[in-house]
Amino acid sequence: MYIFDTILNRMRRGCQTIPYPKGPAPALPDRHGGALRLDASLCPEGCAQCQGVCPTRAITLEPGRGARLDLGRCLFCGDCVAACPHGAITETNDHRLATRRREDLILGETGAEELRLAAALDKKMKSLLGRSLRLRQVSAGGCGACEADINVLGTIGWDLGRFGIQYVASPRHADGVLITGPVTKGMELALQKTWAAVPEPRIAIALGSCAISGGPFIGHSQHNGGADPIIPIDLYIPGCPPHPLTILDGFLRLLGRLPKHNL
Amino acid sequence: MNTIAPFFSFTNASRISWASVPVFSVTKLVRLTDEMLESGARLCSWFGVPDHDGTILVAVLALDSESILGVARSEPISGSYPSLTPKHPQAHLFEREVWEQHGLVPVGHPWLKPVRHTFENAPANAPFFLVEGGEMHEVAVGPVHAGVIEPGHFRFQCAGEEVLHLEIALGYQHRGIEEALPGGPYPATMSQMEALAGDTSIAHATAYASVMEALAGMEAPLRAQWLRAIALELERLANHTGDMGALAMDVAFLPTSAACGKIRGDFLNLTALMCGNRFGRGLIRPGGCRHDLEEERLITLTERLKAHMADVEQAMAWFWDAASVRVRFRNVGVVHPSQATDIGLVGPAARACGLVRDVRFDHPAGWHRFSHSPVAVWPSGDIFARARVRSLEIQRSGRYLFDQLAAPVDGDITAVLSAPQPESMTVALVEGWRGEVCHVALTDHFGRFRSYKITDPSFHNWTGLALSLRGTAVSDFPICNKSFNLSYCGFDL
Repeated sequence: MYIFDTILNRMRRGCQTIPYPKGPAPALPDRHGGALRLDASLCPEGCAQCQGVCPTRAITLEPGRGARLDLGRCLFCGDCVAACPHGAITETNDHRLATRRREDLILGETGAEELRLAAALDKKMKSLLGRSLRLRQVSAGGCGACEADINVLGTIGWDLGRFGIQYVASPRHADGVLITGPVTKGMELALQKTWAAVPEPRIAIALGSCAISGGPFIGHSQHNGGADPIIPIDLYIPGCPPHPLTILDGFLRLLGRLPKHNL
Repeated sequence: MNTIAPFFSFTNASRISWASVPVFSVTKLVRLTDEMLESGARLCSWFGVPDHDGTILVAVLALDSESILGVARSEPISGSYPSLTPKHPQAHLFEREVWEQHGLVPVGHPWLKPVRHTFENAPANAPFFLVEGGEMHEVAVGPVHAGVIEPGHFRFQCAGEEVLHLEIALGYQHRGIEEALPGGPYPATMSQMEALAGDTSIAHATAYASVMEALAGMEAPLRAQWLRAIALELERLANHTGDMGALAMDVAFLPTSAACGKIRGDFLNLTALMCGNRFGRGLIRPGGCRHDLEEERLITLTERLKAHMADVEQAMAWFWDAASVRVRFRNVGVVHPSQATDIGLVGPAARACGLVRDVRFDHPAGWHRFSHSPVAVWPSGDIFARARVRSLEIQRSGRYLFDQLAAPVDGDITAVLSAPQPESMTVALVEGWRGEVCHVALTDHFGRFRSYKITDPSFHNWTGLALSLRGTAVSDFPICNKSFNLSYCGFDL
């Protein structure tokens, strides 16, 4: 019975995988907001409205210059956007958020109102990993939401396998690690051992605000404040958690696999 | 209302004054708790509150049939007290936790060891229980598991394929949430509550918001309560659907696995339609909700929900039609009803043992005072029962949502929250998709948190997974595990 049912449904449904990245990127939910933009030149002296509402102190103010917003600490709650009376912080509705360097996530200065998107790997690494990237995911603290959206990329809607990207069970089979969570003290040794077991050349990706900075748990002594102090990071994907589209954009950007119209 | 005396009785999400919590000597508190548990109460929480040089033990019980909660406390103590665990295994982790946090030794506890604290750069959770003998072997799994999931360590004692004992050691995800709360709430507290357990954001956020509202002596507007109830069922739908897909995957039934993976995402997108975040972050705030469900959005939500419910019904029909699936689930991973009662199982895992336990029904608060959906129960205690309960809950959540969406409530979505009252206590229970989420808050003289105790349903249920493996083949572990799908971070805090 179910065999005929399944076949019939399969035919009726056709292909459910989204056309991105060959086609246009699917729209983010209208309340999502996407990446933030901060134009600190609009900040009048003495205004600190945004700083007071930020749960993770992602916004810093120093005398003599405007606000600085660290998207590595940001939870994208949007409270600062609502609180800013001068329109200095705005939502861009842009899903693209991945950067190669930690400092590229800091917004505010003239010329750095938005984050500086990640460049692709160098030619040699791209030729090694560009068509087949195996990642060992290490969940090092955090809350499991990043893991959930990493898993989503494996479903038929996103079909990560079509890019040759795969999550593998053993670090020995991997080309790199994908880290989530603030790297708790409990996971420090496990992360180090996993990283040591990945053969070189290898890459490391920090995914989610926890893995970049400690996220909502910034300041707690039970973690290391992200993966940075433990292993060198090649790609930062901010968000709490990042939308699957943001994650996919990060992977493809790093591998130089995005077609020009989606760069 | 005196069925729980001499404990102080109160209802879910109501404020009581700390002074009205009766004080007993610690031996009397243990004896009274023992008597209450004997007569059918459940241990919701058991924790320590630092007081000068000692620690006050607090017992929070639930009397489900009466819809009331009971609380009592001990005089400040140090050193040791008689353990509840030998008679009531449901207390075993609570007592280990109190020992770890406050140094109080439960005398007679059979397996006293750390729960989540670390030694240098790994949890201090060894040594493990060891079965000795020539035919025995040990299987160690984790903390880094084969899939994309959270870290934990499993230690199996096996005779051939058969598991004699499984010990589960957690603590890898410990981020220090509870320790950070005294003196609060702080600006980051709400975000931390939403990230206590990522897949249970709505339930934990609702519990925290209820705590703040109860402490302030107010309620969120009805429309906000209605929105929270909708979000809670969407969370249940997404997770149950995802787990049914994962179960299908692990018995190699790929049509349902492929379909459910996608439909889970569809449900998450409905939550994102409400608030922008697929896990519901930023929706709930103490005092109300941050986003409304305007008419047009409500129509879109209903239409999309109709399509997704039809899809999931189809995927479930394939699944249950297949004899190969049913036979794989029957009589595997059995937890007997008496075991379930002893270890204090909650949520779908308890309902799959025939226990009728559902906070939405037993201790209604918020919107659930006005609307119910039938409690889904199945008696056999095996994987079949756990999958069946999930599958029934998918149907019932769907119907509940259609009823709610058809009759929206008017009014504001936020109210101005007053400051928490001093020297008060409140308990908020919410039926998350895994079961009972319990938040207990106690305020100091200034109305700041003096103590905040969080119990995720996983805290009760990990022992259930360990028991379900006894006498089962080690190769059945993946489906047993998926049928519970417990939270590591919710446990580790």
